[in-house]
Amino acid sequence: MLEIADLHASLGRREVLHGVSLTARPGEVLAICGPNGAGKSTLLRAALGEIPTQGHIRLNGHAVGKARPAEMARIRAVLPQDTQVAFAFTVAEIVAMGQEAGDFAADPNLIDQALAAVGLQAHAARSFQTLSGGERQRSHLARALAQVWQPMGPQGPRWLFLDEPVASLDLGHQLQVMRLARAYADDGGGVVAVMHDLNLSAMFADRLAFLIDGRLAAEGPPAEVLTPALLERAYGCRVALNTVPARGPWFVPQACEAP
Amino acid sequence: MVALSPDLTRPGLRPVPWGLTAGLVLLVIAASALSLTSGAAGLGFGDLLSALFGEGLSKRDAVVLYDIRLPRLAMGLAVGAALAVSGVLLQGLFRNPLADPGIVGISSGAGLGAVMAIVLGGLLPLWLSDLIGMHLVPVAAFLGGWAATLILYRTATAGGRTDVATMLLAGIALAALAGAVTGVMVYLADDRQLRDLTFWSMGSLAGATWAKLAAALPLIGLVMLIAPGLARGLNALALGEAQAVHMGQDVQRVKRRAIFGAAAATGAAVAVSGGIGFIGIVVPHLLRLAMGPDHRRLLPHAALLGAGLLVLADLVSRTIVAPAELPIGILTALFGSPVFLWILLRQKGALRG
Repeated sequence: MLEIADLHASLGRREVLHGVSLTARPGEVLAICGPNGAGKSTLLRAALGEIPTQGHIRLNGHAVGKARPAEMARIRAVLPQDTQVAFAFTVAEIVAMGQEAGDFAADPNLIDQALAAVGLQAHAARSFQTLSGGERQRSHLARALAQVWQPMGPQGPRWLFLDEPVASLDLGHQLQVMRLARAYADDGGGVVAVMHDLNLSAMFADRLAFLIDGRLAAEGPPAEVLTPALLERAYGCRVALNTVPARGPWFVPQACEAP
Repeated sequence: MVALSPDLTRPGLRPVPWGLTAGLVLLVIAASALSLTSGAAGLGFGDLLSALFGEGLSKRDAVVLYDIRLPRLAMGLAVGAALAVSGVLLQGLFRNPLADPGIVGISSGAGLGAVMAIVLGGLLPLWLSDLIGMHLVPVAAFLGGWAATLILYRTATAGGRTDVATMLLAGIALAALAGAVTGVMVYLADDRQLRDLTFWSMGSLAGATWAKLAAALPLIGLVMLIAPGLARGLNALALGEAQAVHMGQDVQRVKRRAIFGAAAATGAAVAVSGGIGFIGIVVPHLLRLAMGPDHRRLLPHAALLGAGLLVLADLVSRTIVAPAELPIGILTALFGSPVFLWILLRQKGALRG
């Protein structure tokens, strides 16, 4: 369980999050959505203990930011938005770093399995610095997966934190990555993802946390959160929502009008 | 150097380069043997063998071997290993292969510390100078290098990212500042101190004695002990500070120790040998090309290659224009600066291409 209570966070002198309370449960994909500058990434970074905050954040009962990094590394892995790597490590070496940080360091097949899960098994020996943006992102996802490979552990559920996991991926890999996240949650793990793509969020997430101006504007199942009123408030354009096929709301940007 | 990856034949996981390890050990042994048996005194290989296994040496030869060549060799090995390991630590810390203790001003800071110790050492309270004794110059050099490293890190790194241009410019500023204060120190120095300063600043292994070695070895040894423990942390840092934390590393501790280690190794090396540049950039670079960037392998191999290369460079510097000596810093710069420029060109391509 990820519990966030009355969270305030500032970047520089500007307060970016104004009292956000949110819970993410294992077995669930929680998508953090909202317009640019709403505080999505800040909320994720705060939930990871990367920035100083006021408020309470607990993951599986550990106080985030106070617990030892090595302890937290065993129950959660993070896919960053910034995927740069210094020095010419190979893809397999990057994934191995994740593997060694988690509970599965002894598994000799894990690197192959993690790379296969993101469709990069043929690229294990390539230098990371020669990869395309999308391949880098998937390599990092393989690293994160190798760190928390089993969604359930003896100490409770493990967690994936994904910062815009499909931002630089093509359509096929977007679906592949979202299915991975879905399957991880279905097997008992927790997934928290910052998402730009509302359609993919609606397809794969159990719940959406929708931020506007650093406040939680709505929270719940996609069909309840993604209302025309909220989207107009958030994005400043009228959105024609559809619900066919029956997997929740979706829309096409072509049908969005200026108010 | 334990905890290497479990299966060493998997694609993308480079096997432990045992051949390279053996080659480097041989290089160090061969360079050491050559260094002990070459020189003006005409003590040759046969004499070395008889010293090791036979009836021993004449009194004159024993002095040449044990009091001149052997301390010089030991100093070369220690300083070479220290500079190379210091380079690896700095480059891991700054996530950039251009971070060399000489280029980014840490050697200058260490040099300033040494100069201040020579000139102002007499002003220390008696109990303190008694306590520190012969360690004064190395410790002061370490403190100077430490201050320089901390200032450099504060200046060039923001939010866990290092800007290369800022790092290099800050290095220039630090070197200029250290140079200016060193000038003031020289102005203040009396005749005896000036003589000490001149000898020190010539930067060579020529003045090697067992006493100097004893002063520098504790610091260098300490760094060699803590460096392997930083290897995994430095690997993780290549992915950025936040990711290193999420992979379980105590990043602040890794950074503190890397800064301390780089400053201590550079400080000790500078204190006993003056400024010898570019070992810290050439050695790690060659090794990364040969066996990849994994710091668990890079650190021990860098110590070996640094030691071997510096002993060889010292050998060349004292034989090429014999009976005179070419300052060793000239040699290392001759080979090192093209390597530096080459990395810079490649980085430029990588950043803009």
